[in-house]
Amino acid sequence: MKGNEAIAEAAIRAGCMHYFGYPITPQTEIAAYMAKRMPKIGGVFLQAESEIAAVNMVLGVAATGKRVMTSSSSPGVSLKSEGISYLAGSDLPALIVNVQRGGPGLGGIQPSQSDYFQAVKGGSHGDFKKIVLAPSSVQEMASLTSTAFDLADKYRMPAMILADGTMGQMMEPVELPEPNAKTFDKPWALTGTKGERKHNIVNSLYLKPEELEKTNFERYERYKEIEENEVLFEEYLMDDAEICVVSFGITARVAKNAIVEARAKGIKVGMIRPITLWPFPNKVLRAAADKCKAFISVEMNMGQMMEDVQLAIECKKPVYLCNRVGGMIPSPEEVLAKIESVNEGGDK
Amino acid sequence: MESKRITLLAGHYGSGKTNIAVNYAFYLKNLGKDVVVADLDIVNPYFRTRDSVDELNEAGIRLISSAFASSNVDLPALPQDVYSIFDNRSESAIMDIGGDDRGAYALGRYADFIKDENDYEMLFVFNKYRPLTPTAEDAVEIMREIEAACKIGFTAIVNNSNLGEITTPEDVLASVAEAERLSEFSGLPLKMTTVTENLVNNLNGKIPNLFPLTLQKKIV
Repeated sequence: MKGNEAIAEAAIRAGCMHYFGYPITPQTEIAAYMAKRMPKIGGVFLQAESEIAAVNMVLGVAATGKRVMTSSSSPGVSLKSEGISYLAGSDLPALIVNVQRGGPGLGGIQPSQSDYFQAVKGGSHGDFKKIVLAPSSVQEMASLTSTAFDLADKYRMPAMILADGTMGQMMEPVELPEPNAKTFDKPWALTGTKGERKHNIVNSLYLKPEELEKTNFERYERYKEIEENEVLFEEYLMDDAEICVVSFGITARVAKNAIVEARAKGIKVGMIRPITLWPFPNKVLRAAADKCKAFISVEMNMGQMMEDVQLAIECKKPVYLCNRVGGMIPSPEEVLAKIESVNEGGDK
Repeated sequence: MESKRITLLAGHYGSGKTNIAVNYAFYLKNLGKDVVVADLDIVNPYFRTRDSVDELNEAGIRLISSAFASSNVDLPALPQDVYSIFDNRSESAIMDIGGDDRGAYALGRYADFIKDENDYEMLFVFNKYRPLTPTAEDAVEIMREIEAACKIGFTAIVNNSNLGEITTPEDVLASVAEAERLSEFSGLPLKMTTVTENLVNNLNGKIPNLFPLTLQKKIV
């Protein structure tokens, strides 16, 4: 199935019965799939009048404790950013999917990874984080969708799937996750008091600065816990690696092909693939910095994740960038050429 | 295998229409015909007939494709030279239609030309392993939506049931019964079952009208 369909079906299997969205290439198959399936299973599909409306509908359902999602592509996610901040500020779990395309501005419809900063550095106003998962196969589009819903519920915060146009459009066989029976206690949800309890309030407005400060500090305590417990990554041929490639999503697949070629030429190179972009796999990268002589960040942007790699390894070793942008995908040959030149002493 | 002057390929999105269109063009070309392929897909942003332009050119197969196909803009434009198909009846034409009823709307504007000449077949591409079309009932629903959108009725079915690279001969064999049910259900003949070249030897003689898909596009 297509990557976009895998996300949609996995979301339904994770118990998401509410979808609000607005069409944009290259993620429209998510909405199209939901439009076909939701009415048949008693769920809600609603094409809102805009991205802004859609994300606020998500906020409304999230406040009732029900699993809910929206999806879009880069310019549409920018429009949703206000609502994402409100979700974070209201401590509400929800899934936002970004199937990235080229930018900035209207950019183009071909694939890109240039919303990395937007995804992991907030991307909206205020101090907050969201959990960001980067699938690298159609299989992961499905499995990480379940993970995202679980983590969002567990920590009461928005989670994002950060995919790209290729991941959304490409077709691969998928083993779909079993319908998820995992339930989370949500005593905060707005479900009606039935006259039996004090009413709940879901809100992001705090009249006293002392109280707002307190909620921010508390939220960041929770973020620390997530950074400690929820990091996901894949290591590939890292045991004896002297060069460490760091790459996520579609480019990690390209990089893997290049690494196989480089190994055949006797170059000791491996890869660390972050699966959670936030929390970022800082510890494993820091450990790799003690063994490796150089890092290569392979991404489809101007070097956004590269900065997080430099931070993670505290600039102990040089980090080189191998990138294509604007809808172009790096070829295995280009990545191999970069590995070879770094192996021969490096180019900056 | 009998063919008509115009072959229309339609079906659920992602069912394999474009791949079959390109391979069927080569098949007709090898029979000595002049062949033209037209990309009428106004839905799909990636993976277009344009991706095979070099192979088609080399084989002397004419490609009609929007200038915006496989580009960075999202314009559902139809190429003006589609009309050349109806002017020049010496060419065999394959028209690759966009997925679902949304994609088939684009075909509607040519429906009168096609029905007036009345030398066409419209093939419904069926992949049992697509998530929204596992059964004949699901497929017929999409079939009827497409017919309503383009104002032309299907004439036959192509069974293209596959799971991409991991497709086994057993997967294909297991799909035939559902494809035959679809045939019975819709009253349309099963024209062929399409398989990648590596499965042909294994399935020869076990499935009628096996059609090998020689040309495959792999992205990453």
